[in-house]
Amino acid sequence: MEVSIAVSEAVKLANADVIAAYPITPQTHIVEHLAELVAQGELDAEYVPVESEHSAMSACLGSSAAGARTFTATAGQGLELMHEVVYVASAMRLPIVMAVANRAISSPLSVWGDHSDVMSVRDTGWIQIFVENGQEAVDNTICAFRMAEDARVILPVMVHLDGLHLSHMVEPILLPDQKEVDEFLPQFNYPLPLNPNKPVTMGAFAPPVVFTEAKWAQEMNLEKSKEVILEIWKKFGDKFGRYYNPVECYRCQDCDTLIMTMGSFSETAMMAVDRMRESGQKVGLFRIRLWRPFPYEELRRTVKNAKTIVVLDRAISLGMGGPAASELRNALYPLEKRPKIVGFVGGLGGRDVSPTDFETIIRRGMEIAAGGSNREFEIYGVRE
Amino acid sequence: MTWKDIEIGGIVTEPGSASYLQTGTWRSRCPTYDHSKCIKCAICQTYCPEGCIHQNAEGYYLADLFYCKGCGICAKECPKKVITMIEEKE
Repeated sequence: MEVSIAVSEAVKLANADVIAAYPITPQTHIVEHLAELVAQGELDAEYVPVESEHSAMSACLGSSAAGARTFTATAGQGLELMHEVVYVASAMRLPIVMAVANRAISSPLSVWGDHSDVMSVRDTGWIQIFVENGQEAVDNTICAFRMAEDARVILPVMVHLDGLHLSHMVEPILLPDQKEVDEFLPQFNYPLPLNPNKPVTMGAFAPPVVFTEAKWAQEMNLEKSKEVILEIWKKFGDKFGRYYNPVECYRCQDCDTLIMTMGSFSETAMMAVDRMRESGQKVGLFRIRLWRPFPYEELRRTVKNAKTIVVLDRAISLGMGGPAASELRNALYPLEKRPKIVGFVGGLGGRDVSPTDFETIIRRGMEIAAGGSNREFEIYGVRE
Repeated sequence: MTWKDIEIGGIVTEPGSASYLQTGTWRSRCPTYDHSKCIKCAICQTYCPEGCIHQNAEGYYLADLFYCKGCGICAKECPKKVITMIEEKE
């Protein structure tokens, strides 16, 4: 099954009430299939074909505020167009679930995948999860609804899946039984829904005397959501047999050198790690799955014995470097024994990074860790 | 109000909360009146962006200083120069 179609099927299993979305490559297949499911009567939901992504997220605010289980999906430029409303969803504590088929940002125009769109919504206050394959996309879409709607959380959740490299893959995927998903995903009751019999003001003006308190309440809520996220992943694993963690490790025990990735390229990096292990090199891999709230403790635990960490960022923060490498450095700086961190930027705008490329990146990273570099970060694969 | 007292998503649960917000503290200039010149035309009331100018028992128009932000539009628009803005006292 194509991964995009599988994500739509997961939304159907979650029995979403409202889908408001605008098609954009490489996310289109997700909402296209959902529109079909609604039109064919297979999913009892309201499908709102809006005129733009700004309207898509705005419609989602309204339906979520009314207490409806709400889903949307977007990518790249679409995420940019809805940008201001993305902040509003989390600040108003509306538990919308959004799949983002990660795509590069113009210009030059590109419909292909990288993490530029993710990095532009880092600070929006959403829970953000990276998935690496179709099964993870299905499982985490279902988990996302439960995380979003948990009475201790009530926050929107983004599920990031790599555009094209993952969204358009055809893979064997297990779809859970409807009955089991129903058991896992209880009915949602928003605490203060839009209700003519009990009118409330949502999204009100906040003067300086209360704005800081509102932001701190939001931050405390997002930080505390992590324990609920862990609990929900555990419950999902106990029921369906597949467990997820904020930081995922692959052969990262007893390693001098670790590589850090996010998203579907992680599976390619695993092949490079296997090859290097076979040739006797102590190399391992870890991936950030829970991007927000940021998994500080888990990262520190994962890297505590490593001497070098090589990071491949599939986005460039122009004038600065790789965003994930910089966040990792920030997380590890308080450690007394800090590993060296070598940042690479690569795989931009759909450029493939093969297992051999990963081996080259890891080797070059080890060289830089030993001998230094006159650059703050490196770019991989650029033609000179 | 501490951060713990903020309702979920900053929802305001009771209507009319703006009526408690004393915007009069923002004022740096205050309207004063010479009602001997006033023709009770209500232009000041019409132009007041705060909507805080009301008629008193004698029919003269006065700003409610709990809300008046001291913008001076009433003084500018008054055709009879009834209103003079003076420096706000501490």
